[in-house]
Amino acid sequence: MGINKHLSSIPGVQQAAVLMGSEANKAVFSELGVQDAQLQSAQANDLVVAVVAKSQQLADEAIGKLDEFLLGGVQPSKTQNPHSFEEGLQQRPDSNIAVISIPGEYAAREAHKALDAGLNVFLFSDHVTVEEELNLKQTAAEKKLLVMGPGCGTSIINGIGLGFANVVRKGSVGVIAGAGTGLQEFTCQVHNAGLGISQAVGTGGRDLSDHIGGLTTLSALDALEADPDTKIIAIISKPAGKLTLAKLVERFKRCSKPVVGCFLGSKPDEVGGLAKYDHVATIDEAVNSVVALSQGKKHSKQKLAPVDSRQIAQEHAQWNPEQRYLRGLFAGGTFCYQSQQILRSEGIEVYSNAPLDPKRKLPDSNRGHKHSLVDMGEDEFTTGRPHPMIDGTLRKQRILSESADPEVAILMIDIILGFNASMDPAGELVEAIQVARQNASKRGGRLTVVASVCGTDGDPQDIGQQMDQLRQAGVLVFRSNAQAASFCAALLKGKE
Amino acid sequence: MMAPTFFDKLIHSPLVVINLGLKMFADSLEEQKVEVVQVDWIPPAGGDKEVIDLLDQLL
Repeated sequence: MGINKHLSSIPGVQQAAVLMGSEANKAVFSELGVQDAQLQSAQANDLVVAVVAKSQQLADEAIGKLDEFLLGGVQPSKTQNPHSFEEGLQQRPDSNIAVISIPGEYAAREAHKALDAGLNVFLFSDHVTVEEELNLKQTAAEKKLLVMGPGCGTSIINGIGLGFANVVRKGSVGVIAGAGTGLQEFTCQVHNAGLGISQAVGTGGRDLSDHIGGLTTLSALDALEADPDTKIIAIISKPAGKLTLAKLVERFKRCSKPVVGCFLGSKPDEVGGLAKYDHVATIDEAVNSVVALSQGKKHSKQKLAPVDSRQIAQEHAQWNPEQRYLRGLFAGGTFCYQSQQILRSEGIEVYSNAPLDPKRKLPDSNRGHKHSLVDMGEDEFTTGRPHPMIDGTLRKQRILSESADPEVAILMIDIILGFNASMDPAGELVEAIQVARQNASKRGGRLTVVASVCGTDGDPQDIGQQMDQLRQAGVLVFRSNAQAASFCAALLKGKE
Repeated sequence: MMAPTFFDKLIHSPLVVINLGLKMFADSLEEQKVEVVQVDWIPPAGGDKEVIDLLDQLL
């Protein structure tokens, strides 16, 4: 992934893609307009590097630097690593979890091997079919094992972060989540509120669909209910399928521990009237509810923190009359989704490449339209390129292009810390933010930049330093995505 | 008495991970003092899915 970043940073390089030469990836190259006889003869274990540059000479120069990028900083391994699951298992027959991030077309086969050997599976790989997912989860349920995923970004098991997890203290709150950044936001906020996490189980985004029927969620719920360290259970997900929701409600009724449910994008009164169940609208409210329950209260009625009206007036005073639109550029899918929900609840229509309402699909994902929020972690931006949580290059470019639109008043971003995320996500974006704000000033206006930071004081990045960098660049920093979104909603409403 | 869940098995023993694929995931686990086997996975049969399926049926 570092190779792509190096190549993309060479002046004159317009696009770089680094992929294994599998059949699926050859199709991706073709979509990118890269076709070559040599590419067709590549095999799945060949690494294919494609560079689109302004001239042949620039492309040749970039390719010429490839050896340097490939070998730079790499220490030759003293021992040969195994090349198959079986060889790995031979080295450690006592293994209990397989973490799988190989290309999706091969991932289910390896996950089955892990289940057959009695291992739980954390399946990061995407592009695993629904049929394969169902088959894996049915096998896991029979064996009393768990498949977290496919497309699982984060879990915290026994205090150990798998994938893109944050460093949080141990505690009494168990959580099950359908989306990686949803789980990160919840666990960070629980930590930041002074509580801790017993277990955090990622399920993959399709688990609560009626195709899968919540197999992982239900297994995890059984496990959390039986776990003596877990006192409160939270579920964070997009809305469940109708049949699956009915199954979940029945399960909640039988659960001996309090459950807090946050089904982003669902109607507020979809599930109600259960004695030990609290249905909330946002991740912040889920955390408030968990805090209240931990203090022996029934649940919290506290909504989002009120916005600072003075700050709103200050920003408005400096906008040009033509400035009116919000543009959000997100690394976290949940943040894009939850922001849409919060804005919609305030009556603000928002377009997105991952829309809450299919009618609000962004006509072109590469260009903002009216109020629009873009999930830059979607396949269309990440195939052959690093995810924006790892590398801010693409988002940096997009900040500049969106802010060139004189009608844009607010830029909203998310900064995500934790294991495996960029070590300086704020630093990657501040220069572009400063240029964007200067350009708005030259037009006689002001670009209001709003950021939420998802992270804890234990994360490998220094959260204080990350927030300072943003503030020094004039960014208004919030500790949760919901707070940032509700601030943006207030900014827009106040200007109507 | 509820049937044992996957946590019952995991909680009573430390995590031991087989990591197939991205090395950064193994590195972050090692940072957390977890025992990890890094598998530099290579697709069998040169990645030809049809041949892999045939091999699976034969073996």
